[in-house]
Amino acid sequence: MELVIIAAAIMLGLGALGAAVGMGLLGGRLLEGTARQPELGPMLQGKMFLLAGLIDAIPIIGVGIAMYLIFVVAPTVGA
Amino acid sequence: MAGENPTTTEYIQHHLTNLTFGELPAGYMRDDGTVLTESMWTIAHGSSEATAMGFNAFHVDSLAWSFGLGLIFCLLFRAVAKSASSDVPGKLQNFVEIIVEFVDNNVKDMFHGRNPLVAPLALTIFVWVFLMNLMDLIPVDVVPELMMALGVPYQKIVPSTDPNVTLGMALGVFILMIYYAIKIKGVGGFVKELTLHPFNHPVFIPVNLFMELVGLLAKPFSLGLRLFGNMYAGEMIFILIAVMYSAGLFFGLFGGLLQVGWAIFHILVITLQAFIFMVLTVVYLSMSHEDH
Repeated sequence: MELVIIAAAIMLGLGALGAAVGMGLLGGRLLEGTARQPELGPMLQGKMFLLAGLIDAIPIIGVGIAMYLIFVVAPTVGA
Repeated sequence: MAGENPTTTEYIQHHLTNLTFGELPAGYMRDDGTVLTESMWTIAHGSSEATAMGFNAFHVDSLAWSFGLGLIFCLLFRAVAKSASSDVPGKLQNFVEIIVEFVDNNVKDMFHGRNPLVAPLALTIFVWVFLMNLMDLIPVDVVPELMMALGVPYQKIVPSTDPNVTLGMALGVFILMIYYAIKIKGVGGFVKELTLHPFNHPVFIPVNLFMELVGLLAKPFSLGLRLFGNMYAGEMIFILIAVMYSAGLFFGLFGGLLQVGWAIFHILVITLQAFIFMVLTVVYLSMSHEDH
């Protein structure tokens, strides 16, 4: 049971780590780009949302699987 | 979900089980203890029965909801298109025009080939996936409980939390990709792209083939799994917050608040995921139209 929860923790933690770095880079570059060429702002923002969705996918899938492990798999394994 | 008061695990599992219709083999002992004398087609009661049905089983709820939502989309847009006027347009016509124009602009930006199929396909995918994701915003207990009262044991109303639906759509996109790649570039061109692409030398053919095949197969797989994973995780969090309702008045109210908060955030996620599914479809199809 403990191992299942540790697995879920690793899944959540590493997923969040990677996505946070990615999001930070993405947002920073968006600001840089818009500061340099403000007229491209709306276009860049649309692209940023698309990429944010792509980055977002992996950690959120991790969250889903981790929640499943914690609340459904772990109790049945422990019992 | 056997007793009156299910445990948390049973509650979650009940919400994550599809209404499955399939064939149980002869001699199988059902959950209520009866043994089947011959194989029969029936609705599964419980996940062990659904597993025993094997590959040839239908998720009736996913099928019904996705077909129904697709029908709503087709009929609504058709009705608006038929009655479109060049006078001052009504609210519905404005709304439909905004969506069509939005998709059209995106396809024009991203798709560089010539193909009359791509823009309608993109529109269908966008609106259909959005509608399927939108079912996530209906409070998790309403429909399953209603169906329980009507005697239907399981009901999972968000079709895009069923990997069969998302991977099925991704498979459809994959077939179109292969079809257009072969149609535009010819069989020779397609094979050349697979075998001679990163390193243009006959010695590297196995390496190229391996890399390109992995890349090609990863596309539909990640496309379907991304949508499934996002919706599944969102649904999971809705269900987990709903578990709080059983912990007294204070936590119940707090859970309701959380539910609203997550639903508002989820509006962004469902739109974004529908949009991403559409964009990636268009990009993949555009890639198979590009002739080197």
